[in-house]
Amino acid sequence: MKTRSFVLALASTALLAAASPALAATAFVSNEKDNTVTVIDMEKLEVTKTIKVGQRPRGIILTKDHKWLLVCTSDDNRIEVYDAKTYEKVKILPSGPDPELFVLHPSGNPLYIANEDDNIVTVVDIETGKVLAEVPVGVEPEGMGASPDGKYIVNTSETTNMAHFIDTKTNETIENILVDSRPRVAEFNTDGTQLWVSAEIGGTVSIIDPAAKKIIHKVTFEIPGVSKDAIQPVGVRITQDGSKAFVALGPANRVAVVDAKTFAVEKYLLVGQRVWNLGFTPDQKLMVTTNGTSNDVSIVDVANLKVIKSIPTGRYPWGVVIAP
Amino acid sequence: MGFGTGAPRRPMSFAPLFGVAALLSFSTLALAQDAPAEPKAEQPPATAPAATGEAERAATPAPSNVAPSEADEEKAAERERAAAKPVAGAEKIGIVLLRELHERPPPLSLLDIPPADDGIAGAKLAIQDNNTTGRFMKQEFVLDVVENDKPDALVAEAVKRADAGQGFFVVDAPAKTVLALADALKDKDAVVFNAGAPDDDLREENCRVNVKHTSPARSMMADALAQYMAWKRWAKWFLIVGPQPEDKLFAEALKRAAKRFGARIVEEREFTYEPGGRRTDGGFEQVQQQIPSFTQKAPEHDIQVVADEGGLFGEYFPYRTWDAKPVVGTAGLYPTSWHPAMEQWGATQFQNRFKRLAKRTMRPLDYNVWTAVRAVGEAATRKKSSSVKDLIAYMRAPEFELAAFKGQKLTFRAWNGQLRQPILLATAKLPVTVSPQPGFLHQLTELDTLGIDKPETKCKAFDNK
Repeated sequence: MKTRSFVLALASTALLAAASPALAATAFVSNEKDNTVTVIDMEKLEVTKTIKVGQRPRGIILTKDHKWLLVCTSDDNRIEVYDAKTYEKVKILPSGPDPELFVLHPSGNPLYIANEDDNIVTVVDIETGKVLAEVPVGVEPEGMGASPDGKYIVNTSETTNMAHFIDTKTNETIENILVDSRPRVAEFNTDGTQLWVSAEIGGTVSIIDPAAKKIIHKVTFEIPGVSKDAIQPVGVRITQDGSKAFVALGPANRVAVVDAKTFAVEKYLLVGQRVWNLGFTPDQKLMVTTNGTSNDVSIVDVANLKVIKSIPTGRYPWGVVIAP
Repeated sequence: MGFGTGAPRRPMSFAPLFGVAALLSFSTLALAQDAPAEPKAEQPPATAPAATGEAERAATPAPSNVAPSEADEEKAAERERAAAKPVAGAEKIGIVLLRELHERPPPLSLLDIPPADDGIAGAKLAIQDNNTTGRFMKQEFVLDVVENDKPDALVAEAVKRADAGQGFFVVDAPAKTVLALADALKDKDAVVFNAGAPDDDLREENCRVNVKHTSPARSMMADALAQYMAWKRWAKWFLIVGPQPEDKLFAEALKRAAKRFGARIVEEREFTYEPGGRRTDGGFEQVQQQIPSFTQKAPEHDIQVVADEGGLFGEYFPYRTWDAKPVVGTAGLYPTSWHPAMEQWGATQFQNRFKRLAKRTMRPLDYNVWTAVRAVGEAATRKKSSSVKDLIAYMRAPEFELAAFKGQKLTFRAWNGQLRQPILLATAKLPVTVSPQPGFLHQLTELDTLGIDKPETKCKAFDNK
């Protein structure tokens, strides 16, 4: 524990030193089929670099200090760590088999990884690379969300159809909430009063009250001219102020804009094909959507709810994260 | 024979001896930087019994360009079994798998010989998947397998078990036996899942309200193929039909599909043969002569469509035909409910779980049985009930849906109990495409462009408005 806080302190000093000139935000998009990460300059909205990574990159996040880029390379059964500025590989972290999505504890460490092929969540210290625990969950663990207070990690299991609350103190599941078929993404709002869980096959998003651990609402979607079977919610992002949520609807090729107070769907934004994951720029002015089948990302103007550009990526873009 | 007995032994090296396990981990954990001065604070949680000693296992498994080691697979399998171990006081839900054993000539390819547990392994995986959820729901699913070569004995056994309270019968048997079972169970709280018989008449004139079909109908298979042929614009079909009754039925389905999707059958030719011995040394010399001469002088065509459900001659066609045309149907490109190399829509993990459990790849019958057993599990989860009556009612309700690695929810057709599902078109090694094909539209669900749709159905047993 001592070692960890020391390294974190060092890391944040390094960040302060490096962060002096204001740079444009940078988006990192994992390309599942190409074994690459596309780097996009979010001011020019241009691809600036393609980083070669391990096999089948999917989940992609930044460390709390934005220094490291973490990529789940599922077919290599590991997490690759890259320097978010130089794109050099820093190290490799263990992940357990077939890592798909992961989330950092709000304190910055440890990392909680869903092992899709193994019915467990692996807990890894990102500084030491040590596996701290393995938490048994349901069949095909997938989505990972962290409560802002750091008390719970929520994992969804695609075949058990549950959101499992994991107590971060004991690494035990303390509550299991049944949601609709094939839950994919679990996302808390900023103040921790709502947990949104998308169900890809069920076609719904369940909104859970994390304190009561009860579903308080289920959002359903209806798009004229789009078959109900094609409406498959996956990625969810909630604005910092907690007013709006964006839900990627997979093969419906739309992102739904949902009022996070009334839960009414306000608008559907037409993006690329099979949209799966979403990411905001740090100022929340833009959102990037990964469109798997059309090999591109769409850029959404968040204030005006308009799609302003699409940018070609590698094949089957999967996840996205944006650094300041 | 029952499931859940014969619990596997835990390998000795993973005995819950903390010191030993920690030592093991340090010899393999190349990334660990500091010494294990303090014992691990986080022990694997008590929620599943699998976890003892697991946290110390080798940090990074081998990448997936090689098959995982037997030891790694066994560890994963053990974790899966543990995660499916019922909790104390769980309510039991019994499922019976009935199999009619019958003599059939061996298929042409050594690769196609069915394993003894064809279908049974699919049931076992579904029971394990159900029980993993069951741990959280306080439900326990129990499988019983009944195998017999006499249909009457199977029916009698089913009646006996239904009278003893069993409600879910998954059946791998010919259409006649499925029908006999349905009629024998008709006044009981029981439902029959037909996992093996593709016969359309079971869904049509001989439909029964207490039967659900997880096996796709022949008409669904033929339509799936015809849609892709239409997409390819391969509209001129040379149809070759075997002598068996089921070959003729598949040919009928193909002819119906051709008409629906704008293809033309330029000629239909019957392939007659004596199955004879499967193996002869040097058999290829004669086949190499026989198939070209059989297929010559056909009118101009785009594809050769083979109807040979028994797999007794169709595999001889690709690369041996007189004209250089692709072969589709039961050989070459074929429609199927499942393929062992299917990886889309999260199927990889499903395939891996199956392989760990059965030590072989998943076959279509395994998949059809899996969907049936999972349907019961899904109903039990959603209804939070173990009552046979409740679950049967829920499976008939419009809100019932099943996630089954086909990229969309699967539901039962309300007018004849057929499970709607996308159909794969595949060659031996890889799925080629999935039907329905883009552009074939339907006012309710595109899945109903496959097979006999509600307006055309002859099924009267259901309450069809």
